[in-house]
Amino acid sequence: MIELKHITKIFQEEGRATTALSDVSLKVSEGKIVGVIGESGAGKSTLIRCVNLLECPTSGEVYVDGDNLMLLSSSELTKARRNIGMIFQHFNLLASRTVSENIAFPLELDKTPKTNIKARVEELLKLVGLENKANEYPSNLSGGQKQRVAIARALARNPKVLLCDEATSALDPATTHSILALLKDINKQMSITILLITHEMEVVKSICDEVAVLNNGELIEQGTISAIFSHPKSELTQQLIASSIRMQIPLDYVERLSPQPGPGKNLLITLEISGQSMANAALSEVARLFQTNSNIVCAQIDYIGGVKFGIMLIELIGEVDKELQAVAFFKDKNIKVEVLGYV
Amino acid sequence: MYESMIELLIKGTIETILMTFVSGFLGFALGLPAGVFLFITRKGQIKENRILNNLLSILINIFRAIPFIILIVWMIPFTRLIVGTSIGVSAALVPLSIGAAPFIARMVENSLLEIPYGLIEASLEMGATPFQIVRKVLLPEALPSLVNSITITLITLVGYSTMGGAVGAGGLGQIGYVGYDLVVMNIVLVLLVALVFIIQFTGDFVSKKVDHR
Repeated sequence: MIELKHITKIFQEEGRATTALSDVSLKVSEGKIVGVIGESGAGKSTLIRCVNLLECPTSGEVYVDGDNLMLLSSSELTKARRNIGMIFQHFNLLASRTVSENIAFPLELDKTPKTNIKARVEELLKLVGLENKANEYPSNLSGGQKQRVAIARALARNPKVLLCDEATSALDPATTHSILALLKDINKQMSITILLITHEMEVVKSICDEVAVLNNGELIEQGTISAIFSHPKSELTQQLIASSIRMQIPLDYVERLSPQPGPGKNLLITLEISGQSMANAALSEVARLFQTNSNIVCAQIDYIGGVKFGIMLIELIGEVDKELQAVAFFKDKNIKVEVLGYV
Repeated sequence: MYESMIELLIKGTIETILMTFVSGFLGFALGLPAGVFLFITRKGQIKENRILNNLLSILINIFRAIPFIILIVWMIPFTRLIVGTSIGVSAALVPLSIGAAPFIARMVENSLLEIPYGLIEASLEMGATPFQIVRKVLLPEALPSLVNSITITLITLVGYSTMGGAVGAGGLGQIGYVGYDLVVMNIVLVLLVALVFIIQFTGDFVSKKVDHR
């Protein structure tokens, strides 16, 4: 549905050239949700703007629904863009228009008859659950509601493609969740292809089928969610995955933590569960081999694309040297283990 | 004596109001398109054009540099050409409108600059033509700020129109300093202050009414 071929974008600013994207190729199949993740300044915004030519690539080809957009005349491009909806981080709603008028805006641009507009707007309001806000102005809405209006507006013309430019980055976690659920719903119901960019692995994890990692203008990794999560190749990808699984050591453990073993003190470790490692089985083996019990203090585990990920904070309860042998055993089994100290 | 004075003041007030609003209207008819043009031809805007932008900008700067009192005299041949006379209310309208237009153009440009670029980008993404962007996005979004510009312009024009009085344009200005009658002068001042207050109050009211930001 969307295909970017060898996209390079160079910005010329006061004689200095900055390469925002270099040789990026990306394919998004029909009906899929693909996420591009990267840190700020990686070129994500430029990349998504290349899809509808809000930014014109310096070189490369952009195909949307079979058309090579770079070859279209400006009036043809205007038409092609009507097949592409887009939502933005800061919503970009017209403050001078009510919710319904905002949703009607793209239809007005097409000179759609008023009665058709009215019916379509009502349908869309229902879809995004804002029937009772039809005549409010955007300034009276919450962030999540504004993004719902923006989604309704983007869908007004039944586009085949929806581009999401950091659509949830300005929203709180609960609202983010509901907006993502809405996007997933739209994707399923209308089989709209979605390309989204984000800096949060959470977003990718919760709705994307495939993910591409962008770093300094280059696509360093791409694949299905389960492939990327189970075998992240680059350090950045690993970091991004780790950042989505955060764990805090409880405060009273932190206070009791000491580097030396002592009477009544046990070893505190973290175990990382990533994809293929069999941490669960290892725990029971450790209990058997080293007579060391594991007390799981806290854990954050997620099931993504058919694989388990997470981190566990474990108190090993056994003899001092047996505890250390257990740690060595984990290392042997290729399980990432970190010794924090004794509690 | 009193009756004729009252009559004179009423006539002057009407003339001042007429000059202010008609030249304000004509000034906007010239200044609004010029301001929009200045904005859309700016660097990075929907119809970027450095040369045309610079040309218009220079023209506006030149006209803004000419003091109004000189502009009136300087424009006399042109005024004659258009309205056939160089004295009276209709003659004053020409320099008033021409004097206000560049000022209005700059204020319109400034109002448009306040609009977040994201809105223009979103409209482009939705396939809006430049004309649609101007009509459906730029002007409605800038409306509260444009109303404030109209208020400022009208109040400035009240002052300018009295200057016109010095060269026989009529209006309260002319009555104010003909004859050096202290009472008349003070009445004129009170009337002008009242006019300014009414314009400001109305402008604020309308601007607030149309502001949904």
